[in-house]
Amino acid sequence: MATKSLARQQMLGRLFIYSALLLLALYYLMPLWVMVTTSLKPLDEIYSGSFIGLPQAITFEAWSKAWSGACIGTECTGLRPYFVNSIMMVVPAVLLSTGLGALNGYVLTKWRFKGANLVFGMMLFGCFLPYQAVILPMAQVLGRLGLSGSIPGLVLVHTVYGICFTSLFFRNYFITIPDELTKAAQIDGAGFFRIFLSIMLPAALPIIVVSCIWQFTQVWNDFLFGVSFTSGSDTPITVALNNIVNVTTGRKQYNVDMASAMIAAIPTLLVYVVAGRYFVRGLTAGAVKG
Amino acid sequence: MATLDINRVRKAYGNLEVLKEVNISVGDGEFLVLLGPSGCGKSTLLNIIAGLEDITGGEVLIGNRVVNDLPPKDRDIAMVFQSYALYPTMTVRQNIEFGMKIRGIPAEERAKATNAAAEMLQMTGLLDRKPSQLSGGQRQRVAMGRAIVRHPDLFLFDEPLSNLDAKLRVDMRTEIKRLHQRLGTTIVYVTHDQIEAMTLATKVAVMKGGVVQHFGPPQEVYDRPANTYVARFVGSPAMNIIPGRLLASDGVPTVAFDTPQGEAVVRGVPLSAETAHRFAGRDVLVGIRPEHFGLDPCGTVPVGVDVVEPTGPDTLIVFAAGGTEVVARLEPFDAQVGRQERFSVKAEKVVLFDPATETRLD
Amino acid sequence: MTDISQSAAVPGTAPQRPAATLSARLARWLPRLVMAPSFLVVLIGVYLFIAWTLWISLSSSAMLPRYDFVGLEQYVRLWNTPRWHTAVINLFLFTGLFLGVTIALGLLMAILLDQNIRAEGVLRTVYLYPMALSFIVTGTAWKWVLNPELGVEKVVQSWGWDTFAFDWITRPETAIYCVVIAAVWQSTGFAMAIFLAGLRGIDSSIIKAAQIEGASLPRIYASIIVPLLRPAFLSVIVLLSYISIKSFDLVLALTNAGPGGSTEMPSTFMFAYTFQRNQMGVGAASAIMMLMTVAAIIIPYLYSELREDTHGH
Ligand SMILES: Nc1ncnc2c1ncn2[C@@H]1O[C@H](COP(=O)(O)OP(=O)(O)O)[C@@H](O)[C@H]1O
Ligand SMILES: [Mg+2]
Repeated sequence: MATKSLARQQMLGRLFIYSALLLLALYYLMPLWVMVTTSLKPLDEIYSGSFIGLPQAITFEAWSKAWSGACIGTECTGLRPYFVNSIMMVVPAVLLSTGLGALNGYVLTKWRFKGANLVFGMMLFGCFLPYQAVILPMAQVLGRLGLSGSIPGLVLVHTVYGICFTSLFFRNYFITIPDELTKAAQIDGAGFFRIFLSIMLPAALPIIVVSCIWQFTQVWNDFLFGVSFTSGSDTPITVALNNIVNVTTGRKQYNVDMASAMIAAIPTLLVYVVAGRYFVRGLTAGAVKG
Repeated sequence: MATLDINRVRKAYGNLEVLKEVNISVGDGEFLVLLGPSGCGKSTLLNIIAGLEDITGGEVLIGNRVVNDLPPKDRDIAMVFQSYALYPTMTVRQNIEFGMKIRGIPAEERAKATNAAAEMLQMTGLLDRKPSQLSGGQRQRVAMGRAIVRHPDLFLFDEPLSNLDAKLRVDMRTEIKRLHQRLGTTIVYVTHDQIEAMTLATKVAVMKGGVVQHFGPPQEVYDRPANTYVARFVGSPAMNIIPGRLLASDGVPTVAFDTPQGEAVVRGVPLSAETAHRFAGRDVLVGIRPEHFGLDPCGTVPVGVDVVEPTGPDTLIVFAAGGTEVVARLEPFDAQVGRQERFSVKAEKVVLFDPATETRLD
Repeated sequence: MTDISQSAAVPGTAPQRPAATLSARLARWLPRLVMAPSFLVVLIGVYLFIAWTLWISLSSSAMLPRYDFVGLEQYVRLWNTPRWHTAVINLFLFTGLFLGVTIALGLLMAILLDQNIRAEGVLRTVYLYPMALSFIVTGTAWKWVLNPELGVEKVVQSWGWDTFAFDWITRPETAIYCVVIAAVWQSTGFAMAIFLAGLRGIDSSIIKAAQIEGASLPRIYASIIVPLLRPAFLSVIVLLSYISIKSFDLVLALTNAGPGGSTEMPSTFMFAYTFQRNQMGVGAASAIMMLMTVAAIIIPYLYSELREDTHGH
């Protein structure tokens, strides 16, 4: 009798847990659902009051408009050129910051010099810098370098501040690789770069993935640098999206807004779905040690 | 093959002196063991020999050549590490061949050397595995194989057995000894295990706090330790150090110490006439190894048995003397706690120490 | 700590030997040479630029930077600006609510997920995906959801609850709560991930021992597990505070600091005054205020993390 009620209690407990988790899942999925369905509806259907439901007739009109027809300011090019801008910005920034971060992590753990800890601490603080504190001078310097308002300028900015994160990733990873490994390689006759290329990098594959994914997400999603340092047709996609959404003239085209948001979100969402494990590792790398 | 000379070597990290004036010299083909507790500077010294650490002062000579400024790769050395330090992303074969590849040795020659080493260490079947697929003992073999193929002048081992379980450790110890006999290469071997030191070494350097306490052949270190520290560190159970006194007597050096059962007297301890004269009537520390006691009804040491610990081949008796606990290792007999017995002492094996400096008196 | 090459690169401890060859000397300096460019750009991009901003905040810069010195004038102007007051109050309100709700919800989700849940992987993915989105996307999506004419309000009304009102985003007193809702939605997964990692690091035999003593599961969590999560709490609090202080994109995309400047935050204030209102000095002063707030939270945190780090090795 007693055991029966206990089992029942446990069943109820499980039921409660699963329903709570399911409700939360619905809450987290709802905005995505609304975004996708809205983007597939014709504008009239939206204004006639269908918010949460499935589209009556799926149309990709909004998507094609968002991609190649929506107006940003006076230019009606859609998001396509800005998507290309973002790609042109992300790829070099990710490669540069990851490469330099790997070298820094290697030096900071295996070739420690006097003051290495201070150097690392100073880079670490760079991870938590509120960028508002540097955008003014950065704008000045980019101007003097002739890079203001350009994609190469943004690549430079994202590399500089990205190094802080990537150095942290690689430093924390390489510190778990025993120093004896580099000593053995030195005795085998390998030099600084040989050890890096033949021993450290092959062993660092997981953290290379983490670093690339982290940097990709950060740079792709950045808005502050983009809106501060670029304008017109040189902006990255986040800035263009914000401009599309904030158009105030005429009847608001919610389906185009949502399609644009989806287009801006798809690359990072894709990365997240494909390599979520590494993404989470990047998120928690700066937070909890080990 | 080479001689190794370490002359007045010092090492400091900032203000922290890790090695203070270390002097060690071994001939070609010797097996030098650096023995000491953790943190005494053994690895630092080994790394200095290897060229992995800068030297703060002094000189290191390998084969009569000062190597202070030579990078590790030009010193003709090979090294085996405690964690084995196998390159995790390479196969066993690639691990062994890595050094040869860097030195530009052609592929066939590399393969030949690798196969020979693999055969010698009985790991031919492992060559295509990754280190993560090997057991501790197998990794150990690979690390040795990687060292062997260099044909170095000098082998360096840094606690190579301390990550293995007890049984495997004894096997690998024999293996290393066999390797040394076969190759005849000079070896420097770091350990904190005194049994390893005794079984392997032709010379032992006992270290403490960055200072070499005793440097000599293992039997000498065991029989005539330079100070009480070495006496206690080498041997298990450790040498008994009993506070006693040197009697003023007739030319046969004689020491005495007290037990609760009366005075113990040992006649004929090894001591020069001059020292005997100088210390006559003064306090000394009497060092007696446990196995140098014997059960003897006519013995000169009256004892009361406090603890009996039979180990099988012999029995350990713990008793009080000179205000400390003393251990005797005796042939098994019908020992009873609380009973009084009389022990004799092999006087010629007794070592005396100066109570002020704790160094050996000769 | 025990690295070989530490000394190898310290000039003070170089041996007093005949001069080493050029290549040996190069090899000795190589690691530092490799690191130098990165360090230099960080030195400039972070520290020099901070100093530069500080200088501007002490000058009379307005539309263009001017390098004179007017003392704390801009700070006085800043603190006499009602908009800045709104921003500061909003920051505290936002940070308090954002942290409280995110931590509570994230902890709850982590604990629920830690009960041997069958579809844990899928659920975790669902809870965390917002972290992969840009705040601009999040803001755009929530702006649509919270839209009173066509969004949630309308849906609930169409279900028959005619008087249901959810027009917070259009009302100055409540718009800031909409920012909280969207921010919580985006960041809870992050808190959950850290708490879950913390929970997984707790020795399960502790729970078993407490169960044998007859403690109920909620009790075990409240008095044993949650206290053990202290490091995770610290990390979450610090990182969420940092996110909230610099949150800029979300506010801009969701409310554009409106209606009527009611959702102004220090970050949007700084941007507006610097780039749109030609009051660079005030903008710089607000940036320095933000930096000081972040530093007050982050530096002790980093210090404690680093110190534990060196102890750990
Ligand atoms: N890079 C370093 N910086 C500062 N102190 C060190 C460093 N490496 C070793 N030490 C110190 O030097 C001493 C000797 O270390 P080590 O040679 O590794 O000892 P052992 O190998 O005998 O255990 C230890 O006290 C250790 O803390
Ligand atoms: Mg050691």
